[in-house]
Amino acid sequence: MRLPERDRPWVMRTYAGHSTATKSNELYRGNLAKGQTGLSIAFDLPTQTGYDPDHELARGEVGKVGVSIAHKADMHALLDGIPLDEMNTSMTINATAAWLLALYMTVAEENGVGRAALQGTTQNDIIKEFLSRGTYAFPPEPSMRLIADTIAFTVEEVPRWNPVNICSYHLQEAGATPPQEIAYALSTAIAVLDGVRDRVPEETFPRVFGRISFFVNAGIRFVEEHAKLRAMGGLWEELGRERYGVEDPKFLRLRYGVQVNSLGLTEAQPENNIIRIVLEALAVTMGRDARARAVQLPAWNEALGLPRPWDQQWSLRIQQILAHETDLLDYPDIFEGSVVMEGLADELVDAARAEMAVVAEHGGAVAAVGYMKTQLVESHRTRMGRIERGEQKVIGQNVFTEHEPSPLQEGEDGGILTVDPAVEQGQIEALASWRSSRDDAAVDAALTALGEAAADPGVNLMPLTLAAARAGATTGEWAGALRAVFGEYRAPTGVADAAAAVSDYALDELRDRVERVSEALGRRIKILVGKPGLDGHSNGAEQIAVRARDAGMDVVYEGIRLTPARIAATAVQEGVHVVGLSILSGSHAQLIPTVLDELRDAGVDVPVVVGGIIPPADERALLAAGVARVYTPKDFQVSKIMGDIVDLVAERYGAGTPA
Amino acid sequence: MTSEGRDLGARLRSRDLAAAPAALNLIEDRSPGARDEAARLLAEVSPAALGGEAPAHLVGVTGPPGAGKSSLLSVLVKEWRDAGRTVAVLAVDPSSRRSGGSLLGDRARIDHDPRDRGVLIRSTAAGGRLGGLAAPTRQAAQALAAAYEVVVIETVGVGQSETDVEEVCDTVAVVVQPGSGDTLQFIKAGIMEVPDVLVVTKADLGEAAARARRDLDAALRSLGSHEVPVVAVSSVPPPQGIEELVSALEGHRSALDLPLRRLRSRRMMALGELVAEHGDSALRGLGGRRAAERRLTREDPAADVAALVRALRAEAGVE
Ligand code: B12
Ligand SMILES: Nc1nc2c(ncn2[C@@H]2O[C@H](COP(=O)(O)OP(=O)(O)OP(=O)(O)O)[C@@H](O)[C@H]2O)c(=O)[nH]1
Ligand SMILES: [Mg+2]
Repeated sequence: MRLPERDRPWVMRTYAGHSTATKSNELYRGNLAKGQTGLSIAFDLPTQTGYDPDHELARGEVGKVGVSIAHKADMHALLDGIPLDEMNTSMTINATAAWLLALYMTVAEENGVGRAALQGTTQNDIIKEFLSRGTYAFPPEPSMRLIADTIAFTVEEVPRWNPVNICSYHLQEAGATPPQEIAYALSTAIAVLDGVRDRVPEETFPRVFGRISFFVNAGIRFVEEHAKLRAMGGLWEELGRERYGVEDPKFLRLRYGVQVNSLGLTEAQPENNIIRIVLEALAVTMGRDARARAVQLPAWNEALGLPRPWDQQWSLRIQQILAHETDLLDYPDIFEGSVVMEGLADELVDAARAEMAVVAEHGGAVAAVGYMKTQLVESHRTRMGRIERGEQKVIGQNVFTEHEPSPLQEGEDGGILTVDPAVEQGQIEALASWRSSRDDAAVDAALTALGEAAADPGVNLMPLTLAAARAGATTGEWAGALRAVFGEYRAPTGVADAAAAVSDYALDELRDRVERVSEALGRRIKILVGKPGLDGHSNGAEQIAVRARDAGMDVVYEGIRLTPARIAATAVQEGVHVVGLSILSGSHAQLIPTVLDELRDAGVDVPVVVGGIIPPADERALLAAGVARVYTPKDFQVSKIMGDIVDLVAERYGAGTPA
Repeated sequence: MTSEGRDLGARLRSRDLAAAPAALNLIEDRSPGARDEAARLLAEVSPAALGGEAPAHLVGVTGPPGAGKSSLLSVLVKEWRDAGRTVAVLAVDPSSRRSGGSLLGDRARIDHDPRDRGVLIRSTAAGGRLGGLAAPTRQAAQALAAAYEVVVIETVGVGQSETDVEEVCDTVAVVVQPGSGDTLQFIKAGIMEVPDVLVVTKADLGEAAARARRDLDAALRSLGSHEVPVVAVSSVPPPQGIEELVSALEGHRSALDLPLRRLRSRRMMALGELVAEHGDSALRGLGGRRAAERRLTREDPAADVAALVRALRAEAGVE
């Protein structure tokens, strides 16, 4: 009934990083001193998408949601004083994973640590970037090749490294149901494994299979969520045996790290989030047979803005109390033989299998990106509709909304961390001086060689990437050399194919209003939903776009990652009546005024509404700058937002009295 | 008296591209006042006002969903812009056939420099049936043709429904992807009108594209259409076949009796508008379609569509 010896706890991490490498290094040392046992690096969006800090698209984003790493000296500063032969480092990096791994290896090498000793993970799962996360850089085919290259390289050269971490986490954050989460993640794993199969010797393949790890999510229905992990473990083992002929049980075990659900964490009564986080942490630690290898938890202020060191400490303490105070680690699997748990797991296995078959019919995960994206948009619409109608209770948000003022938000900082916008200029200057101090000829030669190799799919790009890192190339230069060969890409948005909404009273009423105002305008109300900057948070924009369509408006939505200039040009060319902008990455203070300027320069005089993570002080500033309305996560009633927009249009164009 | 429509039309005629979005707004506007202004606008860009046919090359790009039309336009637009030609694209969105709202996302797939004032992309609602063009789209094409050097209409069509595009455009390119046997069957069975240029996309996929091109070539030859070019292109880097395609489009256009094609196009549009407004009974009142077509030949060749519709209405006694 008890284990002979208490289990060792999972690796405890905090997803952290912001501003400069030096600042983040201080943060990491502080976290390690508090008992954190691994590193989890958050990079800023330019680094993740392969742009240098001085690129047009990097404006407002440098050092914001993660650390800016432009070249090997930045990586040296980031890891300063951290023993790389002992540390287990997780890097949330995808499109540019090969590059950041190369920088990491270069720093280790220059510090005298051999590759074989390095332990950690590069996330490196591009499919979920197309589906949810948005930090892709190249089209699907060459992206998959880069992944195969890193796997084939590390399995020999950096054997303790997890070259890919297939993510279901981000799928749930984009609205996936548990079966979708399992099915799309495993289908992605198949695409990755099939891609690497002919890039390694046959006898190495079982080891490759064993190096694939997962990054999963756990939502508030924590019993079912635990069953989900058991289901996933079973399917993974089956896949290994049946599709890939892997036999060694060591390689067949599902290894996963976790970040628990953040989508369900609320802006309303944010202190309640800590309780949600604890329960979700149980989902991934309760049963020993399906326990996480590594855990990182979000903070109570998730929906307000970036967490401060104290907020992250609180979340780390949850893990430590679970591991060290409770008796969780004393027992073998506590659900062994549980009829309920096994029944739940079986149900999920069946549903996931069916969905995997659909993906396979589409030609596998790469070909099915458009299909899967549409499914996620639809699932998310269902989820939001249930919350909006009160069918899914969210304490403090749609039920039990009476509350005392929260002392947690009373401080001068409003309870969040804000990154100094001056960091951007500093990084731009630092980059300029780096460029002037290096051997340009060596960099050019390395990049030319990289570009040539990229054109030949038979070559592994890792060694050439390492050469460019050593020579002193920058993140933007590495990605630029590859973009020149691979081209650019825009992922499908999933919105156009989302089925028309089932009509209900609220929608019918809204449609009537849209119809009336459109009639008075002479044209159907036309709205542009725009996502300026590098922000990949598309959920809000997608749901607004789909609902506006369902309400009867003509909606122009071009997806994520647009320059302010492009948004303004679209607004002019499409002749829209209203512009809606969505920013969650914290760059609104820089980007929204820029969009307003561009619109003005282009002669577009239409109301502009903004939604996203906008702290109250910034909201006031935006309204003063000319924004008509600001919405944040607390405005969960999308139909109400739509009504507002119709009234706004009616008012602005004198098209009938607002209802 | 100043007229918004006349003013916008005059600006388009003098190639003031900044007038285009407002002109399109007006053309789409269904309120009675706006209809009158739109008629004035169109009169300003009629052959009579222009002293000849509008100079633009009107190109239809049509084909099955996902064939690669928008990706191809990304490269074509760049090619045309590099050659110094201004381009307007009307992207017809099939989703808006449903009643009510629409989600217009096609423009996202057409790469372009947003700061380049020489490119315009406008999403526009589809007509009632697949491949059909709504009246505002046809009028938009006419208006833009006065100001831009190339005007493209992108529509979804599956091989037998492109008649509207043919009516409006000088040159129609049907775009198919490798492995799409439908088009081949339609051509062989004579269901599909032979296009002016046939494009096989995704040439980077190798053998499949080459095979599709050969099969289509053979099918066209067996029908006796020796002059229809079949061009294989790739829109992913490095692009292939683009210069060949541009010159195939050019070639078709320069071999064309343009005034005749445009004249026919105006007559077809007038008949279409008559039927759209007054139903088939109006046609019967004219003694049937053929008689109506004959009736139109009596009108001034430089008359614009609105004038032709007026003439037909008067003759049919509908108002
Ligand atoms: C889901 C989520 C994700 C998903 C996004 C999936 C997707 N495709 O959208 C995933 C997991 C991929 C993700 C990733 C990241 N995330 Co995130 N994410 C969230 C989370 C938990 C919820 C956001 C959400 O989707 N809510 C549901 C939608 C429907 O709500 P909404 O967008 O707020 O929209 C509502 C209103 O705001 C408004 N609205 C929004 N837009 C618009 C537009 C218009 C026109 C109108 C009228 C209204 C409107 O109406 C909506 C209806 O209620 C938030 C925290 C939170 N709980 O809010 C963090 C959060 C936004 N993420 C954050 C960060 C840092 C990241 C990363 C950048 C981390 C990193 N360093 O890599 C990455 C990278 C993402 C990228 N490429 O930009 C931070 C941003 C910090 C800041 N602003 O200072 C947050 C706040 C978490 C935190 N506290 O740290 N994330
Ligand atoms: N390999 C390859 N893929 C292409 C090429 N052109 C387009 N595609 C892909 O084909 C898909 C459809 O491309 P689009 O350009 O959107 O096709 P479309 O015909 O405009 O589609 P709809 O407007 O939706 O009917 C996308 O996934 C493109 O990336 C090409 O030349 N080669
Ligand atoms: Mg298209």
